[in-house]
Amino acid sequence: MSLTDAPKIITARAQYDDSHTLERFLATGGNDGLKKALTMTPEAVQAEVDAASLLGRGGAGFPAGRKWAMLRKADVSYLVVNGDESEPATFKDHLLVERDAHQLVEGVTIASYALQVNQAFIFLRGEFALGLERVQEAINDAYKTGALGTNIFGSGFSLDIVVHPGAGAYICGEETALLEALEGKRGYPRIKPPFFPAAIGLYGEPTVVNNVETMSNLPWIVLNGGAAFAALGAGRSTGTRLFALSGHVRNPGVYELEMVKHTFRDLIFSPELGGGVPNGDVKAIIPGGVSAPWFYPEQLDIPLGQDEVAEQGSMLGSGSIVVMDTNTCMVRAAWRITKFFSRESCGQCTPCREGSGWLERVLWRLENGQGRMEDLDLLLDLCDNIAPGLGWPPQQTTICVLGPSIPSSIHSAISRFRDEFLAHITQGKCPHA
Amino acid sequence: MPESTNETVTFTLDGREVVAKKGEAIIAAAERAGTYIPRFCYHPRMEASGNCRMCLVEVEGPRGSTLMPSCFVAAGEGMNVCTNSDKVKKAQDGVLEFLLSNHPLDCPVCDKGGECPLQDQTLLHGPGETRFVEEKRHYEKPIALSELVLLDRERCIQCGRCTRFADEIAGEPLIDFAGRGDRVEVSTFPGEPFSSYYSGNTVQICPVGALTATPYRFAARPWDLDQVESTCTGCATGCRVAVQSSQGRVTRLLGVDTDTVNHGWLCDKGRFAFEGLNADGDDFELSDPRRRITSPMVRTNGELVAVSWSEAISRAASLLGETAPESVGAIGGASLTNEGAFAWTSLLKGVLGTDSVDAQLGDGLDPSLVLGLPRATINEAADACTLIVLSGDLREELPVLFLRLRAGAATKKASIIDLSNGSSCFDKVAAVRLPARPGDAPQVVAALTGDDEAMKVLARHPEGATFDADAIAKARHLVGSDGTGVVVVIGRSSLAEDAAFVEDAALALHQALPKATFLPALRRANVHGALDMGMSPGLAPGRVSMEDAASSLSALWTKKPTSTGRTTLEQLRAMDQGAQRVTVVLGADLGADVPDADLVQRALSSDAAIIAVAGNGSTTVAAAEVVLPAAISHERGGTTTNLEGRVSRLGQKVVAPGDAWEDWMMVTELAHELGTTLPFGSLDDVTNAIAVYAPSHHGLTTSLLASSQASDGVVVPLGTETLHERKAADPMAIPGLASADHIGLGAFTGSITSETPSESNQGASEVAFSQVRLPERRALNAVVPDGYALRLVSGRKLYDLGTAVSASPALAALAAPAVAKVNAYDLDRIGAHSGDRVRLRSQKGTMIIAVESDAHVARGTVAIDFNVGQAGETTNAVLALLDSSVAVVDVRMESLS
Ligand SMILES: Cc1cc2nc3c(=O)[nH]c(=O)nc-3n(C[C@H](O)[C@H](O)[C@H](O)COP(=O)(O)O)c2cc1C
Ligand code: SF4
Ligand code: SF4
Ligand code: SF4
Ligand code: FES
Repeated sequence: MSLTDAPKIITARAQYDDSHTLERFLATGGNDGLKKALTMTPEAVQAEVDAASLLGRGGAGFPAGRKWAMLRKADVSYLVVNGDESEPATFKDHLLVERDAHQLVEGVTIASYALQVNQAFIFLRGEFALGLERVQEAINDAYKTGALGTNIFGSGFSLDIVVHPGAGAYICGEETALLEALEGKRGYPRIKPPFFPAAIGLYGEPTVVNNVETMSNLPWIVLNGGAAFAALGAGRSTGTRLFALSGHVRNPGVYELEMVKHTFRDLIFSPELGGGVPNGDVKAIIPGGVSAPWFYPEQLDIPLGQDEVAEQGSMLGSGSIVVMDTNTCMVRAAWRITKFFSRESCGQCTPCREGSGWLERVLWRLENGQGRMEDLDLLLDLCDNIAPGLGWPPQQTTICVLGPSIPSSIHSAISRFRDEFLAHITQGKCPHA
Repeated sequence: MPESTNETVTFTLDGREVVAKKGEAIIAAAERAGTYIPRFCYHPRMEASGNCRMCLVEVEGPRGSTLMPSCFVAAGEGMNVCTNSDKVKKAQDGVLEFLLSNHPLDCPVCDKGGECPLQDQTLLHGPGETRFVEEKRHYEKPIALSELVLLDRERCIQCGRCTRFADEIAGEPLIDFAGRGDRVEVSTFPGEPFSSYYSGNTVQICPVGALTATPYRFAARPWDLDQVESTCTGCATGCRVAVQSSQGRVTRLLGVDTDTVNHGWLCDKGRFAFEGLNADGDDFELSDPRRRITSPMVRTNGELVAVSWSEAISRAASLLGETAPESVGAIGGASLTNEGAFAWTSLLKGVLGTDSVDAQLGDGLDPSLVLGLPRATINEAADACTLIVLSGDLREELPVLFLRLRAGAATKKASIIDLSNGSSCFDKVAAVRLPARPGDAPQVVAALTGDDEAMKVLARHPEGATFDADAIAKARHLVGSDGTGVVVVIGRSSLAEDAAFVEDAALALHQALPKATFLPALRRANVHGALDMGMSPGLAPGRVSMEDAASSLSALWTKKPTSTGRTTLEQLRAMDQGAQRVTVVLGADLGADVPDADLVQRALSSDAAIIAVAGNGSTTVAAAEVVLPAAISHERGGTTTNLEGRVSRLGQKVVAPGDAWEDWMMVTELAHELGTTLPFGSLDDVTNAIAVYAPSHHGLTTSLLASSQASDGVVVPLGTETLHERKAADPMAIPGLASADHIGLGAFTGSITSETPSESNQGASEVAFSQVRLPERRALNAVVPDGYALRLVSGRKLYDLGTAVSASPALAALAAPAVAKVNAYDLDRIGAHSGDRVRLRSQKGTMIIAVESDAHVARGTVAIDFNVGQAGETTNAVLALLDSSVAVVDVRMESLS
């Protein structure tokens, strides 16, 4: 993992080899944020988070403060932390749960206090074997040190946290599918409306769902104030963010960068960050997870900010950036991503279930030199039947946005690299093979 | 279904204003307004899942117009909905194309071909050619989900109708989806087949040929099917069905959706029992239920030999005519139509003058209680605030009634107070359980209605009371002070217990809760119609006592019984003792159904003559002097009456085998032979005679019955409920129904007349159910058992040794062997383990049987199902212990391991 000189909010502790231990946690300001929060009113804590303009780090980028304000008042409500992180090339929460689980638990406790919920769940990707172990250890430590359980630090506030391992389905990262899975059901995204779990969530009760990284920011925000957080970054994109950089770069890894202050080019080429592309040059990048429409070399100078990327027709999403160099076969790239979606579609909605498989098979044929000219129009028309109009953000014919995410890579690849598709067809094989 | 109220909203549908009920889905509101939106997963009787995406429409909202599933989104005030824009068409066509992409298109060999919504939609809107040139997904076809239901995964379109039915309607989530993406498949859980009494409904509502039922697989092509609407007589629920046949044989039954009774559902017994009709009847012994009786028979030189009808009629008439009325009796009648029942009553009571006629078989309830209590309809029971269950297990006895009642409790609208001892279908949904041990029902009801002494009496049982003060407090709260909103289901929870206990408990409830209404759960086919037609000692047709019978009856009846006749058990005793010389047995299988084996054995082997009227073989038939072959089930027309008093029509679909006749015909011939005339020239004549002579059925003429407002049947007396037109059927709700070209009853002619009750009956619900007076309460003493005995409970099972199940190969295989179920505590006391064999000894006899622990069986009791055989046997095992002369049966159990 490489670090820059930018302010470190959530990876500060991670520089230590023993960052996951209680000792290191306590020696480096652990629980200070929580203790401070407990001296404040829950409303005051919420106000700080609101002032921080903390955008959700799970993909949709919804302001956490606003989400919290929507929580319906009820006798029972829940906080659910989304640590399912199962999208290809997304691995930032992985770092947080393995390297600083105590920070996560502290953040969850602060959020629970602010929301006045007494039961929280952390839903972790099942394959995070070490992460599951570390988060459970951190929870055990918190119970032992009075930072969790009944009457936390004598404040009168009580909270229990349960860790729930996922069973290997990407769709359980979608928040309503996650709630179903937590309830012990099949991980099907719920049909909307209701649009927000804040009204009807886990077991029908009001529920806030937030990402691991979103939670991990809270100790710092409470300790330093929302204004200090908002002073970092620019516009709506405040604070820092973790970027998971992968693909054709010298130094793939997770980087915490101040929002908006850097560009894609900085991230990919700075020697202390990505270190550049080893072979050839950038052909395309995926700016925010495999659902996102692609960017091309002329867009490398776009700042790493939510609205800045959205204005260009894509999304910063989960902060995973994949670099594809000039040697990359774009047909294969689109096929690989489509194959992922087709395997991970939950199978409820016809367009997503059948469309993803159909698209995948057509792309596979093309990649293997058995494409037909009409396949390009077919691909685009099938995509249009999943996400009418092929715009971004997409319109949808489905229950959740997994379906309408499928066309992104195909649409990008065909629009920009039509020649490559044609070469596959005319040469009867993959030119890169 | 979203909750609908009387409030309405107005929205714009394709440019015109449409009024919808508040909360009503766009798809339903549009359908009522004449716009049919294509669909696959939506089913009007289930919650919308909105997952097939076929019903997408454009809805204009704050963020512009978006595609929304019209089955899921409720019509809202001022909403602007478009169902025919290019965007909508493209999305819908896209969904259809996606569905077809992996669909095998093996229509020529698919049972659904010709009645398949996917096929129909494709023909209407689909692309002419496929753009899908890839390899389709392949699976082994088909795989068994259960012994009755097969799944072809290649054909499945993942609509989830089957899985949602199992979970939401049946409450048995035994099937669910497995896998992800386009490999999603319907699956059972490891080691747990889809053994549900309702599995056939999933086949019925599957919109493609993915689910097939073994009895119909490859049996016919839809375009060869001919159908008639009818009523299932498998039990007294009276579900509406479409009976379909091909080449003169019944091939399939489909549930018809009625708001009043079955909502389109059927149980598997009702659905598949038709198999027995098609059995090659002559291959079996006369005592075998699989044998069809196809010709009249008379005993000659000790053997039953086939004879002509005239010979059989003359032999039967001389037996009946030459015997004094008090020595003639009749047992059975629940399997008759109302017309058959009225005809037989007229002959027995009105021509011969005997009152010893009993449609119940010693396993029912006092008819004056059944007819005297204020009656609830099924809808009232389903909508009740509180439901008191004082009956046998409804899932076993009246399966679709259970579905209707469960729905209320599952959605938490109704609170159920369950008095069943042992596992009950309401285990998962009951608000309070107050298990009543045999003999305890009156005390439990006393405790429930405020008598604290009763709690002390119950606690005197050696094993203590079966519930605590908290439970009784909660139950008391639920019943309220006068029983408003309370419906009580009464029936026989155990045949090892005198009916007097539950009868007394019902009377006590009626006294304490005068506003409560009752649903009598007598289960056998048309037993309610038979009682209405006077087939019980002391009753005349039309829910009146013999004393109160209208003098107008004398226009039809030449005689009137002078004394009260014998019940079934009394008749059997009289046969044994020589006091009853001739007994007409009407479709009953005495050996299987009467809870006293000894008594039946003695009666059958006495020298009393039996005239057996039957469609199937039985030990009774084999012992008869004269056998008259009867048309049964879908071989006859007429009417039948369900447990709420709803009279609905039967549709004849096939002709009876051989020389079998309808009952009214044989009665007319017998009367003639006896020198009188019953003026029945046709079935319609009998129906119209009932409308004249039976006070409760006044006005229920063939023309009213034939009117469209009577399609769902009519509750008598007329005026009890408002008649309404049945709503137009959604062809997707029950696919196979819409595809057969004709549905309807052909038998009656006539038009709607001025006597047709209509809206004017609104609010006239104070019509008295009957003129029969309730019996007096009797003092009953149940003896507390000693600490060593277990009290026997014997309830019914759906799949038993009865004729319907035994004669249908698909069902017969499903009957489970008899076991003794006891509480783990009692098992422990005798030192036995689940699976061990034990010896049970009652005053009457002994049996050796496997024992199983069951937490729902109250301490101090043992449960063995009635009319179920031990492994590999076809005799009603529990009969070894039963004795109809004692109030309760106590048994000693000893371990043999
Ligand atoms: C298909 C799909 C997968 C998702 N996977 C994740 C995930 O792994 N982790 C996550 O935090 N959010 C994921 N999300 C987003 C969540 O639905 C939700 O927006 C997020 O957890 C909210 O947290 P935040 O507001 O803190 O970002 C996913 C969304 C979709 C549609
Ligand atoms: S869009 Fe795909 S993943 Fe989302 S609910 Fe529908 S089928 Fe499932
Ligand atoms: S088997 Fe039939 S009902 Fe069940 S999901 Fe498949 S298509 Fe739907
Ligand atoms: S519940 Fe009764 S009437 Fe209905 S289908 Fe089953 S057997 Fe027939
Ligand atoms: S989504 Fe509405 S019918 Fe399937």
